[in-house]
This record gives sequence, C-alpha cells and structure tokens, in this order.
Amino acid sequence: MAKKLGLKQRYGLLTRGLDWETSYQPMDKVFPEATFEGIKIKDWDKWQDPFRLTMDAYWKFQSEKERKLYAVLDSFAQNNGQLSISDVRYLNAVKLFITGVSPLEYQAHRGFAHAGRQLPGVGPRIAAQMQSLDELRHAQTQIHTISHYNKFFDGMHEFPHMHDRVWYLSVPKSFFDDARTAGPFEFMIAIGFAFEYVLTNLLFVPFMSGAAYNGDMATVTFGFSAQSDESRHMTLGIEVIKFLLEQHPDNLPIVQKWVDKWFWRGYKVLGLVAMMMDYMLPKKVMSWKEAWEIYFEQAGGALFEDLARYGLKPPKYHEQATADAEHLSHQNWSIFYNYTQAAAFHTWLPEDDEMAWLSEKYPNTFDKYYRPRFEQWRQMEKDGNRFYNNALPQLCQTCQIPMAYTEPGDPTTICFRESEYKGDKYHFCSDGCKDIFDNEPEKFSQSWLPVHQIFQGNCGGADLGDVLKWYNMNVGADNMDQNVSPEQALWDKWQAERSRVAAE
Amino acid sequence: MTIDLKTLNIEPRRQTFGHIARRFGEDRPASRYEEGMLDVQATKHFHYKPFWEPDKELYDASRTEIVMQDWYALRDPRQYYYATYNIARAGMRAAAQHNFDFVEKRGMLGNLDAGWRAKVEDYLLPLRHVAWGANMNATQICDRGYGTAVTAPAIFTAGDQLGIAQVIGQIGMDMAGGGGEALEAAKEKWMTADYWQGIRKLVENTLVEQDWFQLFIAQNLVIDGIIYPLVYDSFDASGQAHGAAAISMLTEFMSEWFSEHSRWTDAVIKVAAAESGTNAAKLSAWFTKWRDQTGEAVRPLAAHVLGDGGDAAVDQALATLNARAAKLGLST
Repeated sequence: MAKKLGLKQRYGLLTRGLDWETSYQPMDKVFPEATFEGIKIKDWDKWQDPFRLTMDAYWKFQSEKERKLYAVLDSFAQNNGQLSISDVRYLNAVKLFITGVSPLEYQAHRGFAHAGRQLPGVGPRIAAQMQSLDELRHAQTQIHTISHYNKFFDGMHEFPHMHDRVWYLSVPKSFFDDARTAGPFEFMIAIGFAFEYVLTNLLFVPFMSGAAYNGDMATVTFGFSAQSDESRHMTLGIEVIKFLLEQHPDNLPIVQKWVDKWFWRGYKVLGLVAMMMDYMLPKKVMSWKEAWEIYFEQAGGALFEDLARYGLKPPKYHEQATADAEHLSHQNWSIFYNYTQAAAFHTWLPEDDEMAWLSEKYPNTFDKYYRPRFEQWRQMEKDGNRFYNNALPQLCQTCQIPMAYTEPGDPTTICFRESEYKGDKYHFCSDGCKDIFDNEPEKFSQSWLPVHQIFQGNCGGADLGDVLKWYNMNVGADNMDQNVSPEQALWDKWQAERSRVAAE
Repeated sequence: MTIDLKTLNIEPRRQTFGHIARRFGEDRPASRYEEGMLDVQATKHFHYKPFWEPDKELYDASRTEIVMQDWYALRDPRQYYYATYNIARAGMRAAAQHNFDFVEKRGMLGNLDAGWRAKVEDYLLPLRHVAWGANMNATQICDRGYGTAVTAPAIFTAGDQLGIAQVIGQIGMDMAGGGGEALEAAKEKWMTADYWQGIRKLVENTLVEQDWFQLFIAQNLVIDGIIYPLVYDSFDASGQAHGAAAISMLTEFMSEWFSEHSRWTDAVIKVAAAESGTNAAKLSAWFTKWRDQTGEAVRPLAAHVLGDGGDAAVDQALATLNARAAKLGLST
C-alpha cells in the first residue's frame, strides 16, 4: 500500500529537492546577484514556503478563474455594459488605471521573473516565478477588460506609448523602474513587501471598490478574480521581510533603509489614487483620509508592531503622510485641473453635493483651504475663462510629481527642498524625497524628468501642441475639461437613446 | 420564426488600441493574443540604469547578439496569453492525472521487470533536475529577453518545466510506494553517477550563459530537442519489452508537451534566422556548439540505459535534430 505523504512533505519533495549545489560552474556565477546588496543569508532552507502550490494545482485553479472571468467579459461586451456605469466621469479612473497601473503589473511580471531566476533559495525562487506568471495575468486581463471601453471612450488607446512618455505617467513608471533596477532583494522588499503587502489595500482595493460602486462589472470581476493571487503575493511579501530579518542581524539596517524608501516612494504614487477616490468617482467609496486611517494607520500600525520584535521601526515620515492625508487629494486634483490640457483624462470641478461631501470628510481643511480655490475656478469657468495653467511645472527629482505640495504644518506655503550633487542642484517636493536622493544620488540624478526633457527639445517640439502630438494624444478628445469633451456629448446621446428604447 | 430581441445598437468608435492599429495598418479588431502581447513591454525613456548591469537599459535589445528590426515578429503559433495557456495546461495535466490514477488502480508499476525498473530509476528520476535547470533558463529568457512576444511564452515555459519536474517527482514517489526514497537516490545519481556528469555539466554551463537567445537555442532547441526524443521515444520503446507500459502512460504529458513546445521554439528561430544572414550565422554557430556538447553529454546515459544500442539512439536523435534545424534555416 502506498504511504501517503502530508502536503508539506510532498511539496518539499516536489520542489525543494529540485535544487543542487553546482560544481562544474561556481555558484556565484550561477547566482551573480546573491551578495552585492549586502544581504546575508545563512540558510536558505529556513525559508518557510508561504503557500505550497505545485504546478498542477496552479494550472487548475488559475484556469478555472480565467474561464469565469472571460465569460463575464464576453457578456459585458455583448450587453453594452459600458452604458450601465454610474456616470461617464467614472471612466477617467479607468484611463488612469490602464495608462498608469496596468503597465506596472507588466513590470512586476518581469521583475518577479528576475527575482525568480536570481534568488538562490529554491522556495522563494518558485514563489517569485508564480508571482511573475500572476502579474502577467493581471496585465493581460486588465488590457482585455479595458479593451472594450477603449472601443467607445477616449484616453485609453495609447496606453503603452503614453506610459513611456507622458509627464504624470513618469511618476508610476519611475517608481517601478527604480524597483526593477535595484537588486533582487531590494525588489522583493520594494514590491513584494512595501507595495504588495503594506500599500496594496490603498491601490488595488480603491480601484476595484470604486468599480463596484460605479457599476463597472467588468473591472470588478477581474478585481475579484485577482484577489486570491493578491493574497498569495501578500503572504510572500511578509515572508520575505521576516526571512531577511531572521537570517542575519546585519540585514536590519539595510532592510530598514529599504522600508523607509519604499514606503515614501509608494505613498507618493498613491497620491494619484487619493485624488481618484475623492474627486474622480461619481459614487464615492470612502475618502482617502478614511482609507489611510483603516489601511495604513490601523493595519500598517499592527503590522509594524508585529515586526518590532525584529528591531524594525515603522517607516520614516509615516507621521507626515498621515498629516498630509488632510491635503493630498485636494492638492493633486488641483494639479491635474491646472494641466488637463496636457493630460489624457478629463478633470472637472466638484459639484455642490461633492463639495459638501468633501467638507464633511475633511472638516479641518477642505472649507478653509480648498473650497475657495474651487469656487474661484468655478466662477472663472462661468465667465468663459476656464483656468488652464500654461507654465510647465518644476518636478520633484525623486517622485517626479509637480512641486505643488505644501510645507508640513503650513498648508499655504509650497514645500521646496534641494540637494547638490556633482555641481548640479536637484529639487524635491519633500524631506522624504530629498532623503531618497541623498542616499542614492548617482541613481536619482539619472531621472528622465518630463519637463526637463520637454525643455531640452526631446519631446517632439517646443510648444504644447508638438508635445501632445508626440504623446499620440488625440487633442480635443483625450484632454481638456470633462464638460467640453466629445465623450460627454456621446454619453448624453447614448443615455437618451437608451431611455427612449426603454420607454418604447 | 425568429425572435427579435430589442437591443441598443451602439457603434464602436475604434476597434483596437492605437499601437496595434498602426501595426495592422488599419483599425480592425485584434485578437486577445494580440492585445495582451503587442508592445506591452516599455521601450523608451528608462529612468535608471540597472545596478546589476549598469551598461544596459532596463529592457535592452542588446542582451543578445541577435538583431531584429521588430522583436514582435517572434510570434507564438499557439497564440498563448495567460488564460489560454493555463486552460491548455490544466487540461493536459488533468489527463496526466487520470493516467496516474489508472496506473495506480491497476498496479501497473508492478509489471515492470526488476532490471528495467532500476534503469527507469536511473534515467527518468534524475531528469527532474534537468527540467529544473530548464525552468531557470526559461525564467532567465523571460527576464533578459526583449519584447513580450518572446518573453511571455518564456515564463509559460518556465511553468511547464517546473510542472514536468513535478510530474517526474510524482512518478518517483509512486515508484517508491509513496515516499521520497527513490527521488533522494536519484539526486545522488545526478550529483555523482558517471553517466549523469556530462549532462549535469552541460546544464550548469547553460546556467551561466548570459546571451538569452543563445540560451534559447541551447535549451529549447538543442537540449530539449535531443533529450526528449532520446528518453521519451528511444528509452521508452526499449522499455516496452520490459513491462514499462505504465512509464509510457505516466510520461505522456512530456511527449505531448514536447511537440507543442517545439512548435513555438521552431517558429521563433525560423523568423530570427530569416531576418538576416548575420542572425542565421550566429544561430547556426550556437546550434552546432550546443549540439556537439549535448550529443557527447548524453552518450554515457544512453549507453547505461540501452547498452550497445545507446550510440545509435543518440545518433538518431542528432540526425532528427539536424534535419529540424536545417528546416529552420540553420546550417548544421
């Protein structure tokens, strides 16, 4: 009679046993990136496999999920599901997602392939390979979902071209380029831990909940479908950090520096999510401030309490990010309102009921600092003088966001920081971004800053029209205020037609 | 009688994404394979040089000596994207599991002659380490390759090779009555038995190859292209006289996978070789280099399994591979 092994033993035999110590080629040539970051691993066998998935089970689960997902996508397309969303304005969140986030899923796919080849331990290597497959899944399912919207709406049709060029898309792109160009251990902390574990509930969840609240059944279906992948990724992220901290005390200062850096890098990218939640969703899920309280202050707080036993401290400047939560979305929406003529999505001013919601959610700041600004812009728009800012903004050398954030504790003064490196001056939006530069000036002095590049003549030409053409922007359709967009007019027409048919 | 459903007819404003329409030369609907693959990898304006390779960009076509005007010419004839890949493999693996259950129910492994059973433990079980090396190489091709057309199927192949290593692992457990003893013994053979050392050296040599297209030739065309026919055709055929029908059933997954995998491998190489004489010359040089190494490396294993018939089986595998390479535009 066959003696049946337990799951753990069976998994161990089918995976851990595959690896061997090479002798015809030296191990440091087989794994050339194992040591240069200074991380010390005494025993890879101490790695606890966070999920014991063999390929047969992987193919089975994933294929079942894919069958269901694509059935929903087909039915959504057949039934003109795009007409059932809450409002056409919602689609601007989808545009931000396909141009800003889906390419990051792809980057994660390639990044985990790199880690899945370079990490010397067989357990983390296989886990990283599976995550690489999953991330390709996410990139492709997102493209396939949004493909249908692209047939009817603007701003999505050039997502890879724009991701490589457009000014605000350099924010997410540089974030991931930063992680990808780091060594495999830093990548695992940056993406596996900081992004997928600490911050994922502030990126993925708001977009997917936003989709659910706004009737976007296609997007919410891939969101649900990706959930079990995401929970595997989170488990991997937490296992990585614990493993590194348990392996050697010398790893702690290195990991701490990465946690500090990647918290701040991630937080800056999430500013785009903050304005999406507070301004772009016609039906709002919760405010950015509420999300920050639940997902960072509470959940992140508990996490870092748990990690304190390894000597790890909560990320530097997290108190400032918490204080900023009162301001972040309003300042970001203002930036995009200023520069909508150069963006591939529309902006608009909040309606009265939305202003009331913002006052309620931000009682300390909205009425005092931001309502007057929006009211003035509203008056200008009424007077036929919708405000567009025609001066190109200065960008932060690190996060690449226009330098429009205010000083901590002083919301009426713009925050500027600078550093000097090899005789050149570099500018930053915050102490966090300055610290990151100062720790790795050789890296961050390389940043491809869109505004600098425009001024240097590398982006199609000298005036805005040339640059937008170089972006492959469909001028007058992809950009400008929502209210004057062709897509708004079409939406109104389609909805009228829909009502007419329904009434017949 | 027809049923006339009342629906709203809304005309699409475009059929696909701009980058795809430009490739088509017109705006027409694209397949999911095309939309999920074409131009998905970033190509321009990278922010930082990699710490691990400061002389290159993050995605850099110069990680191989092969030069393509358009890397998206390297299409996958299976047109796999993630969903279709997983659905195909889940089906194949379910069929394989059916075979495992069948073999167990009939006690078919008990029909193996004792002598041949020892041979199977010698040749088949250590192959999971070859598959594991192939998994690392496929992951390396995905990592260092250029353009989603070739890198996406590469990570699928990594999953395949791990899956194959695990199919072999499952056979090893079944042969040991459910435990790991046979697999542990097989690893010892992989590390020390004379007839495995040539292959282990060959695999370790591939693990340090940095040119990803050369690795593609070494692994996908040459190593797979010699070992699969040798093991799953020649060795398997000899086993039939020794009650090894169960082994054929348990390794059917590998035979089926190899013919599918070869379709992709061949399509990629054929297009790259047709691109230029320089490409064809490089690919041919890599082919002969790895073919000669692999041919020599497998001879001791073939002799161990087939005795005097070993060399002939290797020669036959080499002849088949040469003919295949010639059809792809390589000089052999």
